[in-house]
Amino acid sequence: MGHFAIVRRPFFWIIVAATALFALVPLWGNNVELRESLVLAAVYVTLASNLNLMIGYTGYVNFGNIVFFGLGGYFGVYFSNAFGWPLIPAALVGAAIVSGLAYLFGLGILRLRGAYFALATIGVNEAVRAFVQNFDPWGGASGLYIPISAFGQFGGPMQALWAIYFLLVLVMGLSLVLSYAIKSSKFGLGLLAIGQNEDAAAVLGVATPRYKAMAYSISAFLPAVAGALFFFKSAFIQPVDAFDLSLSVEVIVMLMLGGQGTVTGAAIGAFLYEELRGHLLTSATFSNFQLVIAGALLLLIVLFVPGGLMGWVHRRWPRTRTVLE
Amino acid sequence: MNGIIASILDGLLVGSVYGLAAMGLTLIWGVMNVINLTHGAIIVAGMFGVFLLATVLGVNAYASILPLVAASFVLGVGLYWVAVHRVIGQPPLMSLLSTFAVNLILIGLGTALWGTQLFNVTVTLPGLSLGRYTFPGTHIMAAVLAFVIAGLLYLFLHHTRLGKAVRAVANNREAAALVGIPTTWVLSLAFGLGVALACTAGALIATMFPFTVLSGSTYQVNSFVVTVLGGLGNPAGALLGGVALGLLEGLATPFMPVSWTSVIEFVLFVIVLIAFPRGLFNFRRS
Amino acid sequence: MKRRPLIAAAAMLPAIPLAVSLYASPARAADKTLTIGFTVSETGSLNVDSLAQLHGFELWRDDVNAAGGIKVGDDHYKIKFVSYDDQSQGGRVQQLYTRLIVQDHAPFLFSPYSSGLAATAAIISEQYGKIMLTEGAAESKTYELGNKYLFQMYTPADHYLTSALDVVKAKEPTGTIALVYSDDPFSKAVATAVRAQAAERGLKIVLDESYPPNQTDFSAIINKIVSSHADVLLGGGHYPDGATMARQIYDQKAPLKWITLLVAPDSPQFATLGPAAQGISTPSQWAPQVTYKPDFGPTPAAFAKAFTERFKIAPGYHAAGGYGGGLILQHAIEVAGSIDPAKVAAALDKTDATTLFGATKFSTDPKSHGLQIAHDMVLSQWQMKDGKLVKEVVWPLGAATAPAAYPLR
Repeated sequence: MGHFAIVRRPFFWIIVAATALFALVPLWGNNVELRESLVLAAVYVTLASNLNLMIGYTGYVNFGNIVFFGLGGYFGVYFSNAFGWPLIPAALVGAAIVSGLAYLFGLGILRLRGAYFALATIGVNEAVRAFVQNFDPWGGASGLYIPISAFGQFGGPMQALWAIYFLLVLVMGLSLVLSYAIKSSKFGLGLLAIGQNEDAAAVLGVATPRYKAMAYSISAFLPAVAGALFFFKSAFIQPVDAFDLSLSVEVIVMLMLGGQGTVTGAAIGAFLYEELRGHLLTSATFSNFQLVIAGALLLLIVLFVPGGLMGWVHRRWPRTRTVLE
Repeated sequence: MNGIIASILDGLLVGSVYGLAAMGLTLIWGVMNVINLTHGAIIVAGMFGVFLLATVLGVNAYASILPLVAASFVLGVGLYWVAVHRVIGQPPLMSLLSTFAVNLILIGLGTALWGTQLFNVTVTLPGLSLGRYTFPGTHIMAAVLAFVIAGLLYLFLHHTRLGKAVRAVANNREAAALVGIPTTWVLSLAFGLGVALACTAGALIATMFPFTVLSGSTYQVNSFVVTVLGGLGNPAGALLGGVALGLLEGLATPFMPVSWTSVIEFVLFVIVLIAFPRGLFNFRRS
Repeated sequence: MKRRPLIAAAAMLPAIPLAVSLYASPARAADKTLTIGFTVSETGSLNVDSLAQLHGFELWRDDVNAAGGIKVGDDHYKIKFVSYDDQSQGGRVQQLYTRLIVQDHAPFLFSPYSSGLAATAAIISEQYGKIMLTEGAAESKTYELGNKYLFQMYTPADHYLTSALDVVKAKEPTGTIALVYSDDPFSKAVATAVRAQAAERGLKIVLDESYPPNQTDFSAIINKIVSSHADVLLGGGHYPDGATMARQIYDQKAPLKWITLLVAPDSPQFATLGPAAQGISTPSQWAPQVTYKPDFGPTPAAFAKAFTERFKIAPGYHAAGGYGGGLILQHAIEVAGSIDPAKVAAALDKTDATTLFGATKFSTDPKSHGLQIAHDMVLSQWQMKDGKLVKEVVWPLGAATAPAAYPLR
């Protein structure tokens, strides 16, 4: 009964509307170029909102969050190539495996606090990347290719790219709903308590090790699905792209930009960052300076506006706090 | 001279330089609980510094280290005031991000200026040949200098007033302030010192291997591993940790495909973090 | 009396520029542009090779436009390039190629540099039915995935080290080989072929290992090579690792008699390694001294001269491949008399020509469509000539400009 109470809250419908808009806008006029740019935006919003569960709610900085995306990608592509599974089951089963692995790993590394945990997550990402580079059934460092015929399950590359886009938008919507639902739930309250003061939370009866591991595991599922969808679409996956540490850190930047701890923040931060980067990349003057601009932006946020965009909005217009979480 | 022994010896040599690089990281971490994510970019700056002085201006590569130390110290102090000072008391995420932001800026500028071209510093130094195997002179020199610098750092920290002030601040910042130590200045000095160490390590690495603007990231991750092995905040431990890592690489390579060594390195890293959070070489009680 | 002819002449004067403009304007009115789209790795690890290729494209474009453009039926099309930075990574390749096709309306495409990125871009080009000429993409797997409009300019990876094996067989029939290569799609494909071809020639491989593409320190691997007592080293990957390995082999005085590395020694920049570069050989898609007689376009020597004058550095095979690719596309468009992709693709399928880059012919078997089946590799070696390091072609013997130096130093 309580779980579905969020359907009555206005913010839930804002999420649904935004997601629907995302899906429909490029469809209008068959705007493929917009769709390609929005695919990346959808992926980043998914990554950022799921990361928010760890950073914003539980207070644990997962620097290596991209490992879920990469592993989900590999499982999805592998099941598709080796066993001929259709994309959706391949993605879901892969994501379930990644989530399970995350729970097990989580129990181990979540015993660490603060910077140690952050470093451990980098270690996990790099260890997985180095392992996959040597793992021949997954193509080693050469990676795996997807034959063009595999797109036939959707009717051809053109239809496949649209179908995968809609699936990614769905995953994005689910990520936003998930982080909102958690925030309004008892589980989420426990996570926020851990984020505020872990020892006090433990004393007050929050089962901290289990909660943390669950958050870590849940935060892995949808990024893994997104990974399977994205790399299938790219028709090629290799370790250096799948476990890209710099993208992992950029997801953190997106979260900070938008305002960590808020659902809207993750979405807006990721969207803005992707648009900014996309424009910089295709502009002749700026493509060389794109990293510099990203860095300068991040520095300014951290030094002067640590609450990000939503932090500023909430301070300026306190009434938005309940409506735009 | 056996192939395995040659591999181990060379691993020890190169490992000492890894240790030197990590010393800068661990010092900053220990003193102010900040993980300096500009570490990689500073190492690259050291590489370019020695390239400019030695290859372009013709100064002897090793002599050029002195001006580099001075310049990087100043740079480090400046970095402290720009990126670190404001976020010192805040949650660790903030300093991680501010230093990462500066890293993005520095690497971005570097790539805009120099692309990803490979640069080479040619140093002619006779190597040591034992049987079929030759140990390049540059490796030997770099290892020697790494130990010398580590020794100097130890003397500074334990036998000078300023050094003791640094250790006091590392130990307990409030107490240090209470006894009259100007903590903010000491923090900026420690940061500058950490940056100078990283820069020097970069300069030495450049004498051994060619480099690009992007080379820093490998050594940064490497420094993390070494720092964890040696125990955070423990410079002597960092040196030993570097040597241990070099030893591990040297020992593993003859027996398994080279590409597996980094898997082992990272798995070890995670294990040590979980099982030995104080590092393997921490001889201090706390 | 006498003034009238003068006045008549004066009256004629304005007519001259008018006549000239009337003569010139039909050409200007019919001056259309043909956009060719592609991404360049302006940043990231592939940047050195990708930029060399770009220079080759640019020289071709400027030569074509200076001669009036591509002739399509009665029209002349000037070539225009639209390109973006792919940062040597696959993440945005699809977005950028979609943009090139849909927003920039590029009817023809060149691939990104490197096999992995080309495969990712191919999904987009195939989806839209646009012809993509692949450059710098030697891996053959990409053409086995079922395509209709991909065309490969480079010799596929499996023939890269064949000539090196022939040299070893000729100079030291009982020599042993250390095969040490970068773990990337291209180098792995080369290595796989080497194993089979070495066995065919009765040559033994005593060390067979790959290293991660971003490896920076090769001293441990080199010690392993020394321990294996191998006579010959074959392998490498791309520029950074090849150059580093060469330098460290020299520093560690590894007793090797022959070294062939992929890609890196072909760049003129390799010479900056000084004595470490001497004797190192590389298989090359092309070398400036080759003596191909082109069916169309400039001769290798003329191309090399023009390139050096413009870019102040001698051209390597990436640049020649870029120029050659442009010529092949141009030729196919002119033969087809149209810019319709199906017609140009048919013309490309029938192409069997020689340009400054060498022979070009594409496989039309659907299982390997577009694979390059006519182009040969040459083997070049850095040798000392009058105190300077120069690259000489040493194999095949028919195209050689100097004998192979064995042992290398």
